[in-house]
Amino acid sequence: MDQLRRTFLKSAGVAGSVAVALAAGLLKSGEVLAAAWNTSAFGAKNISDAMSGAGFSGAVESKDIEIKAPEIAENGAVVPVEVISKIPGTTSMAIFVEKNPTPMVASFDFLNGAEPYVSIRIKMGQTSLVRVAIKAAGKTYMQSKEVKVTIGGCGG
Amino acid sequence: MAEGMKMRAALQGDVAEVKVLMSHPMESGTRKDAKTDKLVPAHFINQVVATLNGKIVIDAQWGTGVSKNPFLGFKVKGAKAGDKIAVNAVDNLGAKFEGEVAVA
Repeated sequence: MDQLRRTFLKSAGVAGSVAVALAAGLLKSGEVLAAAWNTSAFGAKNISDAMSGAGFSGAVESKDIEIKAPEIAENGAVVPVEVISKIPGTTSMAIFVEKNPTPMVASFDFLNGAEPYVSIRIKMGQTSLVRVAIKAAGKTYMQSKEVKVTIGGCGG
Repeated sequence: MAEGMKMRAALQGDVAEVKVLMSHPMESGTRKDAKTDKLVPAHFINQVVATLNGKIVIDAQWGTGVSKNPFLGFKVKGAKAGDKIAVNAVDNLGAKFEGEVAVA
């Protein structure tokens, strides 16, 4: 992970977004180590920018990613989502909601025996595809599932 | 100041199933206060790290799309009863949150 982070920080783009985040007061200077926070991906307003910002551009669809989410969510403020990757060598996962104002919800790196599994509750502003992207053995994969939302939850 | 979390880690075979509940408003920065009609500033947990006996197992970044009072479930293979699972989180204002539980 350290190696990854170092590579990450080397990239000028990331350094730039850290500076922007600092200027915007998003990060306190003491938190610069935690500043691997991917401002460009999380700030992206559409899913393709968010995916490429997070390093998932060109992800190919895979049936080995299982997304468990309700068909219909009555409350978009709290939508339970469970993701399991059956792709061997899965090292990281990111969750996006295509139609949210900022689609990227979260990313996870799995290390030291963590299984490629996450259960989380997310906000959805409206009916949308929930997309999960996976990195495994240097390749990227994705899968999507539509969740219908009756009351949007991006206000809260 | 670190604030607490509710955590549970149940062993299934050699896999610890961990559930974490954090208390946080997860304000997106786009919501208007109904009374003042002003935007409520963004305030959300943006980094979460989980460890098993001090070794990092989950390194996560979160945005504003994670629900209020976040729930996180994850699984760690190779865990034994009594192992320590800890979660550390930081929000965009620098506040720290932490929790620890023994695998049971």
